[in-house]
This record gives sequence, C-alpha cells and structure tokens, in this order.
Amino acid sequence: MSEDIIVSREDWSLHRKGYLDQSRHKEKVQEAIKQQLRDLIVDESIILSDGKKTMKIPMRSLEEFRFRFDYNKKNHTGQGNKKMRSGDIIAREGQRKQGGGTGSGAGDEPGIDIYEAEVTYEDLAAILFEELKLPNLDSKKRPLLAHDHLEFRDIRKKGLMSNIDKKRTILESIKRQALKGHHKELKIIPEDLRYKTWETHPNYETNAVILAMMDTSGSMGQFEKYISRTFFFWMVRFLRQKYKNVEMRFLAHHTEAKEVTEEEFFTRGESGGTRCSSVYKLALEIIEKDYPPAHYNIYPVHFTDGDNIGSDNLRALSLMEKLVEVSQVVGYGEILRTHYSSTLMSTLKRITDSKLRLVTIRDRNEVYDALKAVFSER
Amino acid sequence: MDYELTELSYHAKEIAKVARSLGLDFYPVHFEICPAEAIYSFGAYGMPVRFTHWSFGKAFYRMKMQYDMNLTRIYELVINSNPAYAFLLEGNRLLQNKLVIGHVYAHVDFFKNNYYFKRTPKDMVVRMEAHAQRIREYELEYGRETVEKTLDAVLAIQEHVDFRAHLGGKKEEPKSSNPKSSKSSKEQKKHYITQYTDLWEEETVQEEEKKMPAEDLLLYLITYSPALEDWQRDIISMIREESLYFYPQIETKIINEGWATFWHSRIMRELELTDAESLDFAVMHSQVVQPSRLQLNPYYLGVKIWEKIAQEQDLETLFEIREMDNDISFIRNYLTQDLVEELNLFNFRKVGAHWQVTETEWEKVRDNLVKQLVHGGHPRILVLEDDYEGKGGLYLMHAHEGVDLDLVYLEKTLQLMQPLWGKGVYLETVVDGKKVLFECSNNTVIRKSLAKAQEK
Repeated sequence: MSEDIIVSREDWSLHRKGYLDQSRHKEKVQEAIKQQLRDLIVDESIILSDGKKTMKIPMRSLEEFRFRFDYNKKNHTGQGNKKMRSGDIIAREGQRKQGGGTGSGAGDEPGIDIYEAEVTYEDLAAILFEELKLPNLDSKKRPLLAHDHLEFRDIRKKGLMSNIDKKRTILESIKRQALKGHHKELKIIPEDLRYKTWETHPNYETNAVILAMMDTSGSMGQFEKYISRTFFFWMVRFLRQKYKNVEMRFLAHHTEAKEVTEEEFFTRGESGGTRCSSVYKLALEIIEKDYPPAHYNIYPVHFTDGDNIGSDNLRALSLMEKLVEVSQVVGYGEILRTHYSSTLMSTLKRITDSKLRLVTIRDRNEVYDALKAVFSER
Repeated sequence: MDYELTELSYHAKEIAKVARSLGLDFYPVHFEICPAEAIYSFGAYGMPVRFTHWSFGKAFYRMKMQYDMNLTRIYELVINSNPAYAFLLEGNRLLQNKLVIGHVYAHVDFFKNNYYFKRTPKDMVVRMEAHAQRIREYELEYGRETVEKTLDAVLAIQEHVDFRAHLGGKKEEPKSSNPKSSKSSKEQKKHYITQYTDLWEEETVQEEEKKMPAEDLLLYLITYSPALEDWQRDIISMIREESLYFYPQIETKIINEGWATFWHSRIMRELELTDAESLDFAVMHSQVVQPSRLQLNPYYLGVKIWEKIAQEQDLETLFEIREMDNDISFIRNYLTQDLVEELNLFNFRKVGAHWQVTETEWEKVRDNLVKQLVHGGHPRILVLEDDYEGKGGLYLMHAHEGVDLDLVYLEKTLQLMQPLWGKGVYLETVVDGKKVLFECSNNTVIRKSLAKAQEK
C-alpha cells in the first residue's frame, strides 16, 4: 500500500530561476533609483557621511499594486498574551512590525507594504557617473604620464593554475582524443592544459586638469554653500573614478582668490565681498605656469551666487573669454533663489562660444541637471 | 543510494501507514529533498516551474534573506496535485522530517477531500510549466518589456476572478434567446473557444450574452476588451487559471493548516519516540503554533479550533467538517465563546496615532474575522458598463462593504490595468461615506465626487 510514497533527491544546483527574476527585480530597483536620482544625490546623509552611509528609499514603483482595503481604516483581529480590554493600546504608529510567522510562511497579510531599498553611495555613483563624461576631451595632446596596464592576450602551455583557460583546455582535450579516434569521455591530461597569460602595456591617458573654483564670500548662505559643495562632491568623485590621470586644483575666492587644499575647499567658509575676476585671474596664472594648453585638457568650473561687485563684471568678462579660449569646457554655475539672474550672468552671456556652459540652480534637485550640463558632450 | 534517503524513505512509508490507519485518505506523495534555495524559490513562485516575473524575484529575495538571517524557516512545501509533491528542506533533522511528513499527509488528505478543491486541476504542475513556456515564447516574439507590461497589468487584477462560477445553477440557465446580438464579439469569442477550450470550459459556452454586473473581470477582458491582442488574451487566461487554482488554498488557510497541525501531533503520538525526540518535537510544534499579537497565526488558530471540536465530537464528524468547510464557515460555525476567551482574541483598529483594542466580545471578534476572509480578503469589483457615457469606457464598481479602499493603490492599479481595456476605465467606490468616481485615461487618474454634496 505504501509504494505510492516516494522519497528522492534531485540536483537542484542549476535551478537559478529565483536568482534570474531577482536580477530583473534589481534592475527595476536601479531604474527606480535613476528616476529619483535628482533628489537622492543632494541627500545630506550621503554627502555628510562622505559616502560611507546607506540610505533607505521608498520604491513605490516596485510595490505590487492591486485593489486593496485601506489598512488604516480596517478593523483587525489580533491575539493577546493576556486578557485585553477595550481601549488598550497595543502599538503606536510606525511601530507596527511584520507578523512573526513560523512554519510555511504563516500569514499573507498585505498590511503595510512600503517597499524600501537600501541604496549605498556606490549604487548612486554608478548610476550617476554612467551619464557623465568629460566633454571635448582631446586625445591628440600627447600625454606626459602613462601607467602600466595589464592585458590578457596570450595563451601558453605553462602558467598559473588560477589563470587556466577552461574553454581552450577542453578544446585541446577533445582535439587530442578525436585524433586518436575515440571520444567517449572527456579526460584532461596535463598536456591539454592551457593558460591565459598577460602582457603589460603602457596605457596612455589623456591629461586633464580641473580647476574647481568656489565663491566663499559672505553672501553665500547655507543653501548656496550646500549646493556648490554637493556639485563639487560628485564632480570630484566622478573624475577620480572614471579618469585615472585627472588632476584637480581647488581655488576659493571672495574679493581675493587663493589656492586651497581639497579639505579646506569643502569645509571652510569665509566672509567679505565678491570679486570673481580674482579667481579667473588666478586660474589663468595656474594654467600658464603648470598646464600648457597644448598638452592639457583644461576644465575650469566656477560656482557662485552671482553677487559680484558691479564694477568687476567687465574685467571678469574679459578674463573669462581668455579662460574659454584655453579650455575644453568652462562651467559657470549660479545658485540663486530669485527668478532674476545676476548682472554677472547676463554679462557672461555675451560670450557666444559653446565651450562656456552657464547653469543656474534654483532648487536642490537641479544639481543633477547642472552636472549633466557641464559634463556631457553637446 | 544515500543513507538519509533510504532512512527517510522507510519512515515516510511507515508514517503513511500510521496516517492511513488513523483515517487520513491522501493521494500518492512524492517527497523530494531540496536545498534551501530551491525551497525558497518554490515558495516564492508557488510552484516548481512558473512564468518569469520580477515580483517573484522580489518574493524570493525576501524569503531567502529571512532564511539567511535565521528569521524564518520553511520546513516543507506541498503542491496540490495528484500525485502530490512535497519538498523537504535539506538538513532537516530526522525528527523534524517525521513531523513534516505527517503534516504533509494531512494537507494532501485535505486537498483530496475538501469540497473547495474539487475543481482544481490535478496536473497543475505541468500546466504551469506549459504556461511558463508560452510566456517565454511571447517574450521572444514581442519583447520582454512588452510582455512584462502586460503581466504587470494582469497581476494587478489577478484576484478579480469569479471563484464561484462553477457553483449554483448557472449551468442550467437557458442560452441566450437573442443570438443575433453583438455578432462581432461572438465571432471573436468563437476564436478563443477553439484556442483555449480546455482552459475554461463551461463559463465561455454559457456566456452568450454580456451579463451585467460581471464579477469576473479577467474573463470579461478576455471576452470583450477591444484593445487586446491574442497573445495578451492568452496571458490573461493563463493567469486566470492560476488564480482559480490557488484560490482554494487561500480560502482554506486556517482550516487546512489547523488540520495538518492537528494530525501531525496525533501521528507523532503513534510513533515511538525517544525522550530526546519527544522534547525536540514539543519544541518544534510549539514554534509552529506560536501565537503572534497583531497578526493571527493560522496554524495556531486552526489547530485550537480542531482540538476543541475533537473534544466534543467523534472522528467521523471531523472528517465531514474537513470535507465541507472553508475558513469562513469553519470560523463561523466553530469559533466559540470559550475559544475566543481562551485565546484572548480581540478586535483592534487605528485610533489617531495608536492601534487600539476596540472590541473583545466573542461574537464581534468572530464576525470581524469572517468579514476579513470574505472573497479572500480582497475587495469585490464588478463590471457595470462597457460603454460609459457612450465613449466605450469600462465602468467598474467596488461593492463597498464598510471598508474603504487604499486610494494610492487604487489609482496605481487603475493605471496599470487601463491599457488592457484601451479606452477609459472608471471605478466607483465610497470614500469616507461619500460616493466617488475615479477615472483613468491617458495614464492619469481624476477623482470626481458623485454625490453632489446634497447631505451635510
């Protein structure tokens, strides 16, 4: 009677379906992050933690929508470990946890199902940087620097075990056995082994330098500082990750400009008025001294609130014209909370060269557009 | 052959003898020992092979994570089919497996004998494999994104199927007396009938005329939607078939889990266990029936009711109940005052920012439980019109039974399903006591008040 009971064990090691659909789900998480990117990249928790923290973001698009009852308007039935009385409070808002089911997944309560994904700085960076690049990068300028780069290009009979080339090894084995006329079972003997081997090549990468210029005058309020630092935060990381040989110089200015360290650049505040020409002048001096335009791709990027001393505008304009001339692209960003643009902005607009990219940021989530405006081909 | 397999095989057969001697009547069972990953993927998909969709990947990830973090553990999984398939988690101790095997036999007994399972196909494993294959082919032909969009739309309304279409006197109803009406849609229908005959036999044949209100939204779309291509209709009909297959499991969760838990204890009592094993069993059993506060544990509630019945009735009555009842009737008939008080059951709801106990009277608790189980806990949505305001709009009505809908979900669901109809889709419901109409077209949802503010 019990022959109808069978116990067996199969090989499930190739059962990957759960993982395959999980990877599609992950793709959708990435898409959702992309859609929220402009809000996410200005999130303090990411910027202030210097990219070490993760944040939880709600993923509404990944919830499984259906017609369902309003959980908060429903009468539920629960179970107490003691006699309950009407009026007893059993939980507070936001405290409600998923029921602890045991056994074969007890409970199918839809309940509170706001799907959240954990996003790390790396996730954000990967998605953001995918869309950014150094524009007008000129490869004709011969590099002065090169770094060695490994390439697996050769196959040899001797080599390191960890570099074994499985496909070629098996091919060798099949070939050898076919020559002998029998090919019943696959057997690998030492003569079949093939190894991948590398060669080193000098890797020439185009030289580029970024001149990050920031207004640190008294008129730059909390918002303006935060926005410009957020911009530079992502800019610096993007360049470090994607371009090995990019140099970065940091210039801060109010009425006078000076070169600062990266740390100072991101932390220091100053006071006083604004004279933008001072920083353009400093930039030109640095270029002349260290970065001959014939050999370097030059990218000056300047952020300010545009509150420039009126008498300085024309001087700033003529220096900017020179900067544009020697650079691949110049970014000029103005952080404003009014609908008017500054007199400096309207002065700079006289430059018609498309290498000058003017952006205005009025809202936090426009940092993303500013990054894309400066770091993309047009 | 490995030792574990031989040993388990022996015990599975012994336990089957015990279970049968106690009166359980089940299909042949094929047990398979699986690694956790396989079990969790079956758990997420509800079947060893099912079509591909990201929501299953999400479920799989969540279950697997809880397992990896040691939060939950699925000991077994049973598939309602003949022969039944049951999957045992690799690494279960022998004692755990003995309990699980007993539990499985009782589940299969329930599948075989309970009235609500009479209509479920017993070869669903291969049918769903075939569905997966067909959907895969559509993906190759029409593109993954396109197919996924259709799946997203259909899965959003998968519960809106008439689970009782096979009951009552519908079969005896005379065929439409007016065969000339809506000729084109009839021709269309003929086409599907030849294509999917075995999938939904009786309903299609008898539905010669549009019946309003229609309860089966999926069937309605398959039959009358002007916007669908054949492969989309096929997808809807496959998902509809899977919904119909799974529904009996949803509506018998408490009674069936209770039944299996009740019997695994009885079976274990018949087996000769060492002291250590007895202790192990007691620990495991108590984990399974652990009460939880805000969400009822169906194992616990179910087994308590069964035990109570067993105290008062003979075995024959128990077997009758497992044949005739689902969760709703089980609770309505057998959740007594004694039990509600013994289990400290109560009703609660959100009052301000607190979740507060509102009622403890046993009848109110019982009635509230029953209410939550109606229609599998899903709102009932009816099709009222398919040419609303003469513009071809599909007019749906939520049969409001005291609880409002989740409005965020409502809007998103409308947006998801609207392409299945093509033209505007409307949903009438009640929000805070007022009639409201949601209109969805061009991917936007507009909310209108229907009651023209007459009462104040």
